[in-house]
Amino acid sequence: MKLPLYEVFVRSKRGLDHKHVGSLHAKDGAQALKFARDCYTRRGEGLSIWVVRSSDIVASQEEDAASFFDPSDDKPYRHATFYRIPPEVKNL
Amino acid sequence: MTDDHLSNTEPEAAFQERVDNEIKIEPKDWMPEGYRRNLIRQISQHAHSEVIGMQPEGNWITRAPTLKRKMILLAKVQDEAGHGLYLYSAAETLGVTREDMIGALHEGHAKYASIFNYPTLTWADVGVIGWLVDSAAIVNQISLQRTSYGPYSRAMIRICKEESFHQRQGFEILMPLASGSLEQKAMAQDAMNRWWWPTLMMFGPHDSESVHGAKSMQWKIKRKSNDELRQDFIDQTVPQAEYLGLAIPDPDLKWNEERGHYDFGEIDWDEFRTVVSGNGLCNRERLERHSRAHREGEWVREAMRACEEKKRTA
Ligand SMILES: [Fe+2]
Ligand SMILES: [Fe+2]
Repeated sequence: MKLPLYEVFVRSKRGLDHKHVGSLHAKDGAQALKFARDCYTRRGEGLSIWVVRSSDIVASQEEDAASFFDPSDDKPYRHATFYRIPPEVKNL
Repeated sequence: MTDDHLSNTEPEAAFQERVDNEIKIEPKDWMPEGYRRNLIRQISQHAHSEVIGMQPEGNWITRAPTLKRKMILLAKVQDEAGHGLYLYSAAETLGVTREDMIGALHEGHAKYASIFNYPTLTWADVGVIGWLVDSAAIVNQISLQRTSYGPYSRAMIRICKEESFHQRQGFEILMPLASGSLEQKAMAQDAMNRWWWPTLMMFGPHDSESVHGAKSMQWKIKRKSNDELRQDFIDQTVPQAEYLGLAIPDPDLKWNEERGHYDFGEIDWDEFRTVVSGNGLCNRERLERHSRAHREGEWVREAMRACEEKKRTA
């Protein structure tokens, strides 16, 4: 029997986002959590773990990145540095 | 002391200790019901403000004076939609649904920032909104980056990063107007005259009058009081107005050497209450437009559901 793959996300500190750290095989979510604890947080790296079935993740393809993200490439005006504000004007 | 008493106060004490120690509260943690309710009210109100706030500026997208200005305004309004989304999602971690929040808005139970009930009459209004209204929002949002609730704090950090172009584009619209022809100057000054006081009202009632204030501060949902935030905003904005050469419509405004802050006149709280209670210039129009857009989008949601259903049964 092949066990399903789980993606593991660990929150290292309260207030921070859960961050992807890797993946593992397990028979279900509860087991994946235990395995993730043993595998990814042996040195107190985490306060909280999320596990998600890899097959439930919908991902964009990196090969498509050029066309996928291209709508934002020609919009420098979305950045604050695009606007020329005289240096003597503070707090803008 | 009964068991019952213990079980009621102990988690609350532990919760408060966490908050006092600047430890963030995360969605699955135990939290007092009041904290949850208070957060849902504040975050959903904040989300509604982002979304309703698209209307006054959206009003000028088709009439922006140049293609460049049009693209910038479009990008800004698009950002505000994104901010609404981040905030609705943060509120949803507290167990409230998107439908409930939108329903409360449409039924008039949920509020949004009173500022967006004023009309945008000229192009200078777009400049003044970016400069004043977004600056005021930023002053508030910077302090909220340190709010005690994790998802709200992270949404604020993301939003603050995106906001800085909003105020700068507003200032950049005003620079040529304020140093332009007599008509342009007059248009900029007129916008300033109409938006200054409503912007100050954005920070809400005085601390002494604020209903949720004390509890929000104790729970560190809010990190600075309404009056503190208002003062911060005024102190940073007056020199910017001086640079533009625009007069601030407040005869009592003057630097107080002793306090190290600007003194300023009293806000017209009758006007504030009128607008908050639904009787400002544009309240009905804003809500009606939001409800209509929601109703008219029903066929899209319907089509998506039908498509899903078809895929499932295929
Ligand atoms: Fe925003
Ligand atoms: Fe903004």
